[in-house]
Amino acid sequence: MDAPSTPIPGGIEGALDVTPQTRSRATYLEVLHDWVVTVDHKKIGLLYIGFALIFLVVAGLEAMAIRIQLAVPHNTFLDARSYNRMFTMHGTTMVFLVGMPILFGFGNYLVPLMIGARDMAFPRLNAFSFWVSAFAGIFLYFSFIGGLGLAGTGTAPDVAWFAYAPLTERPFSPGHNVDYWALALFASGVGSIGTAINILATVFCMRCPGMTLSRIPLLAWIYATVSFLVLVTISPLTAAQVMLLIDRYLGGHFFDTQAGGSAILWAHFFWIFGHPEVYVLVLPAFGFANEIIPVFSRKAIFGYPAMVAATVGIAFISLGVWAHHMFTIGMTSLGNTFFTLSTMLVSIPTGIKTFNWLATMWGGKLRFATPMLFSVGFLFQWVIAGLTGIMLSVSPWNWQLHNSYFVVAHFHYVLVGAILFMIFAAFYYWYPKMTGRMLSETLGKWHFWLMIVGFHLTFDVMHIPGLLGMPRQIYTYEPDRGWTLLNQIVTFGAVIQAVAMAIFVYNLVHSYFAGKLAGPDPWDAWTLEWSTPSPPPTYNFPVDPVVASRRPLWDLKHPEDPDSAFE
Amino acid sequence: MSTVPLQHESLAATWRLPSRGRVGMASLIVAECAIFTIFVVAYIYYMGRDVSGPKPHDVLEVPILGTVCLLSSSFFIWLAEHAIAHGNMRSFRIWWAVTFLLGAIFLGTTAQEWHKLITVDHLTISTNLFGTTYYSLVGLHATHVVVGLILLLTVLLFALAGKVRPRHSERVQVLALYWHFVDAVWVVVFTLVYLVGR
Repeated sequence: MDAPSTPIPGGIEGALDVTPQTRSRATYLEVLHDWVVTVDHKKIGLLYIGFALIFLVVAGLEAMAIRIQLAVPHNTFLDARSYNRMFTMHGTTMVFLVGMPILFGFGNYLVPLMIGARDMAFPRLNAFSFWVSAFAGIFLYFSFIGGLGLAGTGTAPDVAWFAYAPLTERPFSPGHNVDYWALALFASGVGSIGTAINILATVFCMRCPGMTLSRIPLLAWIYATVSFLVLVTISPLTAAQVMLLIDRYLGGHFFDTQAGGSAILWAHFFWIFGHPEVYVLVLPAFGFANEIIPVFSRKAIFGYPAMVAATVGIAFISLGVWAHHMFTIGMTSLGNTFFTLSTMLVSIPTGIKTFNWLATMWGGKLRFATPMLFSVGFLFQWVIAGLTGIMLSVSPWNWQLHNSYFVVAHFHYVLVGAILFMIFAAFYYWYPKMTGRMLSETLGKWHFWLMIVGFHLTFDVMHIPGLLGMPRQIYTYEPDRGWTLLNQIVTFGAVIQAVAMAIFVYNLVHSYFAGKLAGPDPWDAWTLEWSTPSPPPTYNFPVDPVVASRRPLWDLKHPEDPDSAFE
Repeated sequence: MSTVPLQHESLAATWRLPSRGRVGMASLIVAECAIFTIFVVAYIYYMGRDVSGPKPHDVLEVPILGTVCLLSSSFFIWLAEHAIAHGNMRSFRIWWAVTFLLGAIFLGTTAQEWHKLITVDHLTISTNLFGTTYYSLVGLHATHVVVGLILLLTVLLFALAGKVRPRHSERVQVLALYWHFVDAVWVVVFTLVYLVGR
């Protein structure tokens, strides 16, 4: 490996670890065996990311099918049942098989490196969690061919990603589609809880000397908070899946409305999970922004303690807002008021974060490399998504627009405009660390600008059919509604996004073989992962690092002006 | 292997972190609490909403023997923890075996209770809402007892083979933490099902 010879700006030659990286060539079978039995957090992280990328493409294709069907009124590209399957699988896949695994993948890879540890706290639990999640994904997709299909497409779940009762009960969903859905989410839940336990134990018990809780990178703080949220929100979902399975297999009556069971209880249980889940997904995106924005602004993060407080604050407030998904189900005026106010309260800590990022950039020496471009896109889009969120938190407004395309546009603004954009930023930022090669900046710029144009065409315009009254989850519509042109623009934007995705995937593959060599620290960054060679050796650090500030590599590069002098 | 050391070498000697076993088990217990909360909420929500019998008051008897056994087992496992921490392996084996036995008796009383409910009172999980919520809540707890008993038995067998040593004290304490949790949950389940709900 020639990586260690790249100079770190500031006078220190090479990576901190210059152990020679001699490796003999392994056969394909040995490589495969190595990846299957590995307990190394970096390999498991990459497995998570690769697994999630495959499903990102699959769920993206499902979204394309949905958009093609809606491009013209009375389209026959999909029939009603297939359309139901498409949006159910699209939603379920994107949340459980793309969002969670990709974020856990980055967490797995980065958290031990950032806190100066050699591995996660429980490496074998880590491998178990990944393989259970992978099994859940394959199991869910086996439903396309595995169930007792009525005709043609098999029996993929078609009950929407929130699977409201009593539609999911035996009399209304015979066959095995809901069983596939419930069991896959149960298995994926077990995997998520395992990883969450692991990350918490890692952050609290594996830090290198000097890495106090007030010095760990904000990303590690965020992953600890997210893991806590996973423990208290994925568990209720898992419990609800057990209840659903008891109903379906043992004849229980939890959600069986004929025997006194309650459909509303399912809605409560689902959204107690469902809303904090948004924060489980968006907080790691914040974490990426916390690492990337300072490095490309050449300034330390503004307001570290406020950022930590805001993160924990978001986590706690998010546990008390779930019923804003249920305004139209009917609540007392007290309930409506409470959930409107608690939902609005979330905007305070998120606002603190947004202003801290802006303050970090303010007066900085901005470098608009691709990771920073995506981060700036994220900032704008996140603010807009937050504003439509405040609109929807007002219960009368929500009564008007609930389950319309306005809601769909709002949450895709969060999931795509904020989360996916930061995931792309994270790829461009950490891909050099993971593979030793840079992603192409030219292709990255194409990817970014096409994504921006496609995203705004799709999701800005999508608000309008919602305001005009177009409900979500309908497989077609009448031509006289005035929705046709808007839907065509939305579909056109989706096509542009698909092209951007194709460029991104091509960039990932092409740069792996032909990318510019990265060296240990291509971005002149400050956290510990950049002190290792790229890719890091199995043991990460030859000796435990000892740190004295929040930016250990800054201290190392600038011994005349270390951060530790100001702590 | 050559390395540029980062600063403050002396810190490494005094650097102390919490035990990962304890933090991991505490995290698991947080997750388990959330699961139990959902089942408890469902039980409370459906209390008295049945459209058909049997009702809790007609069929449930307060399981005093099982409860006394399970709750006192927490005390005996604490004695076992204490013994291994002080290197007293003989009393560790005795108190550990007592804990296992008390847990097994609790499971036996639950089995007896379910047998009576099913054969005499004809209450199954599909009979009515009470059956559904009762069997799933008590069954969820019983599942945790079964898992705990398997773990206790594994340690017991290793201990009888002389493989458990005082240096395993911390691992034993982590396992005991789980058992204490199982006991604590029973206090909630018992109060709800047999005192409030009956």
